[in-house]
Amino acid sequence: MSVLDSKVPKGPLAEKWVNHKNHINLVNPANKRNIDVIVVGTGLAGGSAAATLAELGYNVKTFCYNDSPRRAHSIAAQGGINAAKNYQGDGDSNFRLFYDTIKGGDYRSREANVHRLAEVSSNIIDQCVAQGVPFAREYGGLLDNRSFGGVLVSRTFYAAGQTGQQLLLGAYSALNRQINRGKVTPFNRHEMLDLVKVDGKARGIIARNLVTGEIERHGAHAVVIASGGYGNVFFLSTNAMGSNVMAAWRTHRRGAHFANPCYTQIHPTCIPVSGEHQSKLTLMSESLRNDGRIWVPKNLEDAKAIREGKLRGVDLKEEDRDYYLERRYPAFGNLVPRDVASRAAKERCDAGYGVNKTGNAVYLDFAASFLRYGKIEALTSGHKDASEAEMIALGKKVIEKKYGNLFDMYMNITDENPYEVPMKIFPAVHYTMGGLWVDYNLQTTVPGCFAAGEANFSDHGANRLGASALMQGLADGYFVLPYTIGDYLADEIRTGPISTETAEFDQAEKDTRARIEKLMNGAGVHSVDYYHKKLGLIMWNKCGMSRNETDLKSAMDEIAELRADFWKNVKVPGSADTKNQELEKAGRVADFLELGELFAKDALDRNESCGGHFREEYQTEEGEALRDDVNYAYVSAWEYNENPRDAKLHKENLVFENVELKTRSYK
Amino acid sequence: MKLTLKIWRQAGPEAKGKMVTYPLDGVDGDMSFLEMMDILNEELVNKGEEPVEFDHDCREGICGSCNMMINGQPHGPQKLTTTCQLHMRKFNDGDTITIEPWRAAAFPVIKDLIVDRSSFDRIQQAGAYVSVNTSGNTQDANSIPIEKAKADEAFHSATCIGCGACVAACKNASAMLFTSAKVSQYALLPQGEIEATDRVQNMVRQMDIEGFGNCTNTGACMIECPKGIKLENIARMNSEYLKANI
Ligand SMILES: Cc1cc2nc3c(=O)[nH]c(=O)nc-3n(C[C@H](O)[C@H](O)[C@H](O)COP(=O)(O)OP(=O)(O)OC[C@H]3O[C@@H](n4cnc5c(N)ncnc54)[C@H](O)[C@@H]3O)c2cc1C
Ligand code: SF4
Ligand code: FES
Repeated sequence: MSVLDSKVPKGPLAEKWVNHKNHINLVNPANKRNIDVIVVGTGLAGGSAAATLAELGYNVKTFCYNDSPRRAHSIAAQGGINAAKNYQGDGDSNFRLFYDTIKGGDYRSREANVHRLAEVSSNIIDQCVAQGVPFAREYGGLLDNRSFGGVLVSRTFYAAGQTGQQLLLGAYSALNRQINRGKVTPFNRHEMLDLVKVDGKARGIIARNLVTGEIERHGAHAVVIASGGYGNVFFLSTNAMGSNVMAAWRTHRRGAHFANPCYTQIHPTCIPVSGEHQSKLTLMSESLRNDGRIWVPKNLEDAKAIREGKLRGVDLKEEDRDYYLERRYPAFGNLVPRDVASRAAKERCDAGYGVNKTGNAVYLDFAASFLRYGKIEALTSGHKDASEAEMIALGKKVIEKKYGNLFDMYMNITDENPYEVPMKIFPAVHYTMGGLWVDYNLQTTVPGCFAAGEANFSDHGANRLGASALMQGLADGYFVLPYTIGDYLADEIRTGPISTETAEFDQAEKDTRARIEKLMNGAGVHSVDYYHKKLGLIMWNKCGMSRNETDLKSAMDEIAELRADFWKNVKVPGSADTKNQELEKAGRVADFLELGELFAKDALDRNESCGGHFREEYQTEEGEALRDDVNYAYVSAWEYNENPRDAKLHKENLVFENVELKTRSYK
Repeated sequence: MKLTLKIWRQAGPEAKGKMVTYPLDGVDGDMSFLEMMDILNEELVNKGEEPVEFDHDCREGICGSCNMMINGQPHGPQKLTTTCQLHMRKFNDGDTITIEPWRAAAFPVIKDLIVDRSSFDRIQQAGAYVSVNTSGNTQDANSIPIEKAKADEAFHSATCIGCGACVAACKNASAMLFTSAKVSQYALLPQGEIEATDRVQNMVRQMDIEGFGNCTNTGACMIECPKGIKLENIARMNSEYLKANI
């Protein structure tokens, strides 16, 4: 085991980034023209990084598995993006955003990175508005804000329930501008299958053209991995169907340490599983907790009657409802952070209070806000003596404006009308805080290989606060990586073009072909989905919302066994020389089957509870997470060593100079 | 429920395609249309046959990947709904459902139901941006107030998901609704004003180069658009185009 150097600059917290930028090596514009950068992923992180790098003068190649950069999974983000603008005058500041994020992450993130994120957050909003991103506005014409969980200020900027879409289309427009100028060459429907290293440095990738099946070599002076998160290791998650760990995992296999794989965010408000056929889960944005109240029946008999269809939730009297978040956490109420809200829902459902057929659902109820908004609407529209029914009708219109698309989606999926009856929701896998380990410059442990966005581990510790992934993706891509990468590339100005006709590229291509061959030639017993679903169940049952030593150990064994079975018996029809979606899935599931085991190992190693990582053995008397700061205030960075269970642990000790480590309380 | 599916199968861009009939049992009303396709594909794989390829990713109606012509309607019978958000409760036991790819010269078939929509990307590359560097040295976001109604309208135009249903619905395979939605977003915002002339000219030129047809105002695009993008956008683009060419 070694101790990792995060390369955090010296000096006071609030000056680190500015000083670092002032002293970082720069590449002169003429030299930038001779330097090539590969960006894998065109989501918020990759799209914004590629656009900015090209604008600075580098030659950029982008890769994505989608048919267009605009379809990256970031498009699906709903609720909003944080920035410490303090437009609401409610006492927000860079420090407060920094503090909330560190605390929200349960003191398992790096102070300097999080502060930098807070510092650049305001710039993101300025930038996006300048690009024509149509954020929601107030009647006065200024930008509107909403609140998200785990904070006491309104700092979230949004565009109805489609914030990710608007931000991604903004980044896509910046990217398009550079494509039009010939500074970015897009490789869409291309999947990165391997990282190529030459003399220890990242020098390119092997990619498969998903239309023709061709295996291609691409060289560059640096490679940026911005391939998103790995929540689909659970099979069911709110991620897009194609979201995967392949690019990050292949990089890990080539020497990049993988950090905190077990830190997963299980989001409290998702549409519950409806049946065996389920292919994915759908998020109902956290922003709904601004206006929705979460509850279950107070009495077990009522819960039972509701499950059996003999009683309707809406008909239950106020005094028979248990608004358990408001009861347990009066200070934050329905806006506690996600990990807390998810565990509380599980606790109620495990105790028998669940409200759908499977017993795994709680209510999210908007009735109170229909009335609240309706009242204001009635008064401001000069309708002074509106009846309650009229006010409710007006209130519904307000809610429709704010979250109409989410309500429609809910109706489509469940066939229930949330304007009339409360929504039913349950936690689901949503985001992965773990990822490739990076230093302050966002460089992995492979020189020349960088990671940005959800693919890296950097800013969210053990639990991410709402509306901060979009912020991090754009911060990394627009404002951090384009500068920090210069520090590395400054030494590359004399390297000259990177040839792909080398022994290293030969070998990487050979390895890739062999792997594809092996996938195509399984015994043909079970489909790829069969294995993926099995893996998902192991992950959910044993590495999910709560974990314990026994389960984690058996999860490791079961996953290893499943992996061996997969490689022997998987069935991939068709040919590798054409478009072949089963082959694409097979490659992704193969990597999930390795990651899953490392995930369990990491969770087993961490003998404490923190954020989304809840170990049953470590909890307070009230059932809250019990951290162990003396022994576990570190980042676990795993070095690849053939078998995931033999991965070598390296630690980055987390040093807190500006915040005091406290037990997180939202009471 | 039991269904009969008639699906377009085409091995590759150059191959000849044909409709193939598949019976499917065990379909549940709570399934999405794509989950129904998953079941068919699982059956095909288990039989050792090649599954039906189709584009999809988010399955939440936002990425714009999914694109099926269902019983002759882009994205199927339900208004304002993408294929992935269409649920099987809209169909009945015993139904026959035909499933085809988008048909347009500018959207060539890649395989089965997958088409190449890169022409849409190229239209956007031609001018759908504000030429502002991502240096972070822009002015404060609140320095230009924008009337809420205008901002909301710009947002509405910006919610186009680039699926291509408008083209598939149009007898001329015109891309006017798609292109005009983007032109409108910028036309409605002060940030878009400065480059308005070049933008509309370049995007329209690219649209023609890609081989999309002319608009004859049938309005079929709006009817089939899963995001309710309005015809007003086309009118706005026409007037922007006129302004640009005076
Ligand atoms: C439903 C939902 C709602 C959310 N809402 C919010 C919100 O309101 N606020 C918030 O802050 N966060 C939200 N999040 C989280 C946030 O959207 C994501 O964390 C973030 O968008 C990730 O961006 P990214 O750029 O890192 O990756 P992604 O957007 O996931 O992009 C990944 C890219 O990598 C490409 N790729 C992947 N693998 C390969 C490969 N092997 N080869 C080539 N290309 C590859 C993909 O094609 C894609 O272009 C939400 C997430 C979900 C699931
Ligand atoms: S205008 Fe409508 S139909 Fe056309 S691409 Fe956009 S969302 Fe799809
Ligand atoms: S799969 Fe994304 S819109 Fe249908």
